[in-house]
Amino acid sequence: MTVRIPVVEKILSANDRLALENLSRFNAANVFAINMMASPGAGKTSLIEQTVKGLQGSLRIGMINGDIATSLDASRAQAAGATAIQINTGGDCHLDAVMVQSAMAQLDLSRLDLVIIENVGNLVCPAEFKLGTHRSILVASIPEGDDKPYKYPGMYRGVDAVVINKIDLLPHVTFRMDFFKKGIEVLNPGVIQFEMSCRTGEGIPVWLDWLGAQVAEQKKAGN
Amino acid sequence: MHELAITESMLEIALRHANERHARTITDLYLVLGQWSSIVDDSVQFYWDIISDGTIARGATLHFRRVPVLLACQDCGKEYQPASEEFSCPNCGGTHVKVITGEEFHLEAIDVEE
Repeated sequence: MTVRIPVVEKILSANDRLALENLSRFNAANVFAINMMASPGAGKTSLIEQTVKGLQGSLRIGMINGDIATSLDASRAQAAGATAIQINTGGDCHLDAVMVQSAMAQLDLSRLDLVIIENVGNLVCPAEFKLGTHRSILVASIPEGDDKPYKYPGMYRGVDAVVINKIDLLPHVTFRMDFFKKGIEVLNPGVIQFEMSCRTGEGIPVWLDWLGAQVAEQKKAGN
Repeated sequence: MHELAITESMLEIALRHANERHARTITDLYLVLGQWSSIVDDSVQFYWDIISDGTIARGATLHFRRVPVLLACQDCGKEYQPASEEFSCPNCGGTHVKVITGEEFHLEAIDVEE
């Protein structure tokens, strides 16, 4: 006899549970963690370099880099001054909580204040997989076009901050800032936005101040 | 590819519920996929055939129920499906919305032989 059993369970609940464990571990070590996502070439690594250069005087920074094959990005972060762990996902299109858990085991969290996780360049899959960070950041860039919130609503909805990078290119490409921002506003009302150019440095100090304040706030809450 | 991890999760959830009922086999799985969830169901089917082999879920049929995005305008109350490049309310132009449906990704039910 065939019987229908109601289940109603989220498929990603196992990953979500593990993400919560990761978050607890970060909190127990008083480490602030961020998940940086973007399509390839938007400027995640450049922003991480700028962030490490700008904050390493006051914060001990670790970095977890997830990439399909190279360790180029981790090397850049190390050159800027961070302790970096490279996860080669071997072809997977996003990081998940399991991978982050194993990378965390390779970092001495007691010697860190901030961990930056650089996700795989991809606007689709990383949106679904929580890692257990305190904040998730999307790095968008001007040359990608102003319709991206409309094409990738899942990603834009799920992040805590949107960085709009490469604003130095605005005079050279068609980009309707109003249209772009309207898309973000509906999907993620009040989301923090940063406009910057990693190349010229414009807008970086505001970002550094914000991130530094987030870390400090979390440390205060932890103690 | 990541649909493998997702399919493994589906299998674990289905087996757990079937075993609670001491079922002999699982014949069908009913999945709900929101329009704004980033999962590709062809890949899920592909991996499912491989990993369900050797379990009581072997040969089970996967059913995918796609749920469109439905937004509710918080200003005027209108519920609507957003246009592809315009998310704001077609009635009042408002941009304060709540997502009613469209972000689901869950296993709704399974059919088993007891």
